[in-house]
Amino acid sequence: MTGKYIAMLIMVAIVTLGVIPSTFADEVVVYSARKEHLIKPLFDLYTKETGTKVRYITGNAGALMQRIKAEGSRTRADILLTVDAGNLWHAADEGLFQPVKSRVLEKNIPSHLRDPGNRWFGLSVRARTIAYNTDRVSPEELSTYEDLGSPKWKGRLILRTSKKVYNQSLTAMLIVEHGLEKTEDIIRSWVHNLSTEPFSSDTKVLESIAAGQGDVGIINTYYFGRLMKKKPGLPLALFWPDQDGNGVHVNISGAGVTTHARHRGKAMKLLEWLSTPAAQTIFADSNMEYPVHSDAKLHSIVKSWGSFRENLINVSRGGELQAEAIRLMDRAGYR
Amino acid sequence: MEPLLEMKDIYQAYGKNLVIRNLFLTLKKGQIGCLLGPSGCGKTSVLRTIAGFEKILSGEIMLHGKSVSRNGLSVPPEKRRIGMVFQDYALFPHLTVFDNVAFGLKTDNKARKLTLVSELLEKMDLDRISERYPHELSGGQQQRVALARSLAPGPDLLLMDEPFSNLDATLRESLSLSVRKILKESGATALMVTHNQSEAFAMADEIGVMYEGKIIQWDSAYNLYHRPNSLIVADFVGDGVLLPAVINSNGKVETALGTLDGETVGPVPGGKTAKILIRPEDAVHEDDSPQKAQVVDKAFRGASILYTLLLPGGEKVLSLVPSHHKHPIGSHIGIRAEVTDLVLF
Amino acid sequence: MIIRRLGSNLLPARPSAWRLFAALFAAAVMIPLSIILLSFTKPAGDVWRHLSQTLLTDLIINTLKLAIGVGTVTAILGVSLAWLTAVCEFPGRKFFTWSLFLPLAFPTYVLAFVFLGMLDYSSPLQILLRQHSLPTLSGFRSSWGVIFVMSLSLYPYVYLLARDAFSTQGKRALEAAQSLGHTKTEGFFKVALPMARPWIAGGLMLVLMEVLADFGAVSIFNYDTFTTAIYKAWFGFFSLTAAAQLSSILVVFALIILGIENSLRSRMQFTSMGRDAFRKERLHLRGAMKVFAVSYAFLILFVSFVVPVIQLILWTTASFRYEFSSRYFDFLGHSLVLGIITAAIICLLALILSYAGRHHPDILSSILTRICTMGYALPGTVLAIGIFIPVAAADGFLASVAGALLNVEPGPVLQGTIFVMVAAYIVRFMAPGFNSIDSSMRRITRSIDESARTLGSKGLPMLYRIHLPILKGGLFSAAALVFVDVMKEMPITLMTRPFGWDTLAVKIFELTSEGEWERAALPALTLILVGIIPVALLTRQADD
Repeated sequence: MTGKYIAMLIMVAIVTLGVIPSTFADEVVVYSARKEHLIKPLFDLYTKETGTKVRYITGNAGALMQRIKAEGSRTRADILLTVDAGNLWHAADEGLFQPVKSRVLEKNIPSHLRDPGNRWFGLSVRARTIAYNTDRVSPEELSTYEDLGSPKWKGRLILRTSKKVYNQSLTAMLIVEHGLEKTEDIIRSWVHNLSTEPFSSDTKVLESIAAGQGDVGIINTYYFGRLMKKKPGLPLALFWPDQDGNGVHVNISGAGVTTHARHRGKAMKLLEWLSTPAAQTIFADSNMEYPVHSDAKLHSIVKSWGSFRENLINVSRGGELQAEAIRLMDRAGYR
Repeated sequence: MEPLLEMKDIYQAYGKNLVIRNLFLTLKKGQIGCLLGPSGCGKTSVLRTIAGFEKILSGEIMLHGKSVSRNGLSVPPEKRRIGMVFQDYALFPHLTVFDNVAFGLKTDNKARKLTLVSELLEKMDLDRISERYPHELSGGQQQRVALARSLAPGPDLLLMDEPFSNLDATLRESLSLSVRKILKESGATALMVTHNQSEAFAMADEIGVMYEGKIIQWDSAYNLYHRPNSLIVADFVGDGVLLPAVINSNGKVETALGTLDGETVGPVPGGKTAKILIRPEDAVHEDDSPQKAQVVDKAFRGASILYTLLLPGGEKVLSLVPSHHKHPIGSHIGIRAEVTDLVLF
Repeated sequence: MIIRRLGSNLLPARPSAWRLFAALFAAAVMIPLSIILLSFTKPAGDVWRHLSQTLLTDLIINTLKLAIGVGTVTAILGVSLAWLTAVCEFPGRKFFTWSLFLPLAFPTYVLAFVFLGMLDYSSPLQILLRQHSLPTLSGFRSSWGVIFVMSLSLYPYVYLLARDAFSTQGKRALEAAQSLGHTKTEGFFKVALPMARPWIAGGLMLVLMEVLADFGAVSIFNYDTFTTAIYKAWFGFFSLTAAAQLSSILVVFALIILGIENSLRSRMQFTSMGRDAFRKERLHLRGAMKVFAVSYAFLILFVSFVVPVIQLILWTTASFRYEFSSRYFDFLGHSLVLGIITAAIICLLALILSYAGRHHPDILSSILTRICTMGYALPGTVLAIGIFIPVAAADGFLASVAGALLNVEPGPVLQGTIFVMVAAYIVRFMAPGFNSIDSSMRRITRSIDESARTLGSKGLPMLYRIHLPILKGGLFSAAALVFVDVMKEMPITLMTRPFGWDTLAVKIFELTSEGEWERAALPALTLILVGIIPVALLTRQADD
């Protein structure tokens, strides 16, 4: 029967197709939850400098992790690049990363921004801080995260959805600082103060504050930077909370070498390169984040926001407590 | 008796196409009328204007002496008390036979409805399949359901659009007879439309032959056949040939079949020559007749054989002969003209 | 949605290759489904406990609200517009007939961000209204807003199918009812509407499945439904098991809907009751009704299509300068290639499946088709997982075989290839493809087959000479629907695409998830413009 032969031919073709790409040696493959327009310029530069080709796909962090897991030992991913320490912690917890011993990385990246077990490394920092409407709020009125739950903010607070991992990590960090019970009270008081249902993005939070739907909100710094760059006239400003206490909550984007990486050495090289001041400047610059390497230059807009004291709890705690944080937010009615 | 349906000088058009023109039609109560004509002659449109689905351009349609359609007035179909059997039956596929038939009954009295419908179903021999859905029925059953459904509300007038065209020939014959019986028993007035003359002959009291939007002749079946008022009617109804005829000084008609006695129908054409309609039964076969004709074709019709005969002068006539008279093609047989109605054109 | 084909003994019931194929295909579809259903063998108790204590009631209520709301609105919009354009005559009818299909080209998530961008508190429009102390619209970010947006983008499914029913039988049904003393209004509700029920139900089925599976629109609204709970279980609690378990509840939902629909239909066989002869005669609307018809159709078209397109164009002109790059041609190319490949394969498979049902009009067939079209009710991501796991296993097997034979160690063979992606699309979009083809298959009556056979044509020649020409319309609408669906599809594409296979939908996701709606307008507009083409062609052949 001809069908049989055709089937066999197809099989052979598939296997050959599968074999060929994996034989390209001088490349490194990245699965990235960081958006394409943020990573492509860097990778292009890297290829130009080293000749190593960087192939990547982008996607949702959870989906990429699931994909690496499902692909198991045959995965093509050498590096998983993702945002939020919570995701990185989970990837490590699921055994997707292998420990990497690199003096360069240890030197370039502060210890609270990388995995104590050397499985992943922060590559950029974003602060999750308070933004307010400058027409309606004066900075003196603001103080801490928990203060946003005080009665004076009733009907004035705007939040993004609790489904976003940034808020989950923030809540997790609050749990580390304040314990479960107190944190639940804080979240409850936030929900109580909401002026409208939570939004699906930080940008919308900011736009709504600017439009006066509410007066204060919690956002990642780079969203503020992006929006202000586009619409400089908006009555918005950042506030660094908790400067007398533990400091501003920071989160990272970061990466690790996958357990079954085919190009382990090259992957490590890429990570190390990404932590160098030159790369760091681009990495942070492109998204108006803070670099992890202290020698890297700040984006001029980012610089204009001033410096702040950051919370030095290791960001991995956010991952550990993420599920706990979600449960807590669900209980508190934070959608 | 007062006419139930009157149509006066009706014109109707689709767009710029005149489909009915100068149409007059009268139907008395209890009468079954039929419009006969080739497809596209506008006969279905006549039904649809009577039913009220189509507006007319001019003229007037009256039911019970009251105007229902005229310029500027059109009583909606549902107010006309007219039943209609559609060519494709248009049974409601989501309803059972019972519910289809009960559909037009406006009574809220369930018991009354049940009795009415049950009686009707029994009369139409549908009582055993009352719970079935249309798709589960045979063609004949569907046809009877459609008829029962349109009779159920007791319409003043029943319109039937090619009611038997989807049935096979035997069913058609038996059904048309039984439908006529049902209609006559219930005293219904009906107007049907068909292109099939035997259906028309079997069903109707009076028949109108339609051609290009006009009724050419409205008459009994006999008259249509034997006394057609025009070539069109003569041609459409029944078989036959036209032979040249000369009207002699005595007023007799001379043809290739000889000089014919009989009653002339209609005005005798002014000139001395004319054409005369010869039906197949007008040329009678008699073995010992002196007049001979050659068999050029034959068609077996059961009881009879239709012979096509060539006369010595080169004219052809048809002859219907009892079927035990077998003659091979090419042979010469004797014929004799026996024409009662002399139809001259 | 399978319209029951009747006749106990259509053709000799020899177990044919058709049936074999249907069974094989159903088995293949069952793999991802059963992997999802099998999740119940694993414990995920803590997630469930948490959900049932906190969100579950709300989720169910929200999901039901959405299903009922969208179902009702799409039914009303779809049926009324279908009736107007299929049976009535009013100025602009021809134009509305096809243009009212156009919202089909809009993914719900695009419509969601467009309308939120226009009507949310911080939108320029609302700000303007407030500045002039004009009445503003508040609370658009609510269940009403989601229902509004979803209904506008999904009503064409009902419209499409209801129109099909009305244009073949609507007018005749009215006439029959009128000849029995009922008014047109009565005739509509008592006859035309019930007769069109299977078609309307079929359209609603598609709508409900889309609603159940939707993730994009609800997450833009931050509206919690079952799908968002699935994502939460998976990406928040990292419990794929709990996610799969929640998904299987969705599957059960879908099965129940199908079951209800089927039982409603029970013994009825819905065949076209009239001939097409009277199609050209329409009900001419006059006076107030005419004005109403025109303004109603215009309003729906305006709100569901014109307004969003204008908004997208405005955004695109604002962002084009920094958003556009030559890479957009790649995104577009990928979207097109995937759409075309999937549409072609689905047409072929659906054709075979439909034949299987035709040759074996029995319960087994309807079960098999039901299984094969189940994927439509599954959220794309969940389906992708269901496909991913077995593909990874198959890869492991292939790799070991290849390793033994060729003495190499291959990388992933199937994974990360377009095979997996297309396979997932096929499972997901079998339903719209199959339904279109199957409904035109129903037009091939038994007598057509039989007459073909008496003329000595059977098997493939019969398929080619008789069936294909009749099925052409169905095949075309199947291809168009699937193509548009694939273009719009997001989660499967995100999960399974190979390197460098970013599509327009991927781009839209990347930008909208960051609230960059203005920048997402360019890929969204491109997606819609491309989607319009098959939709417009679809409509052209749908009418006259």
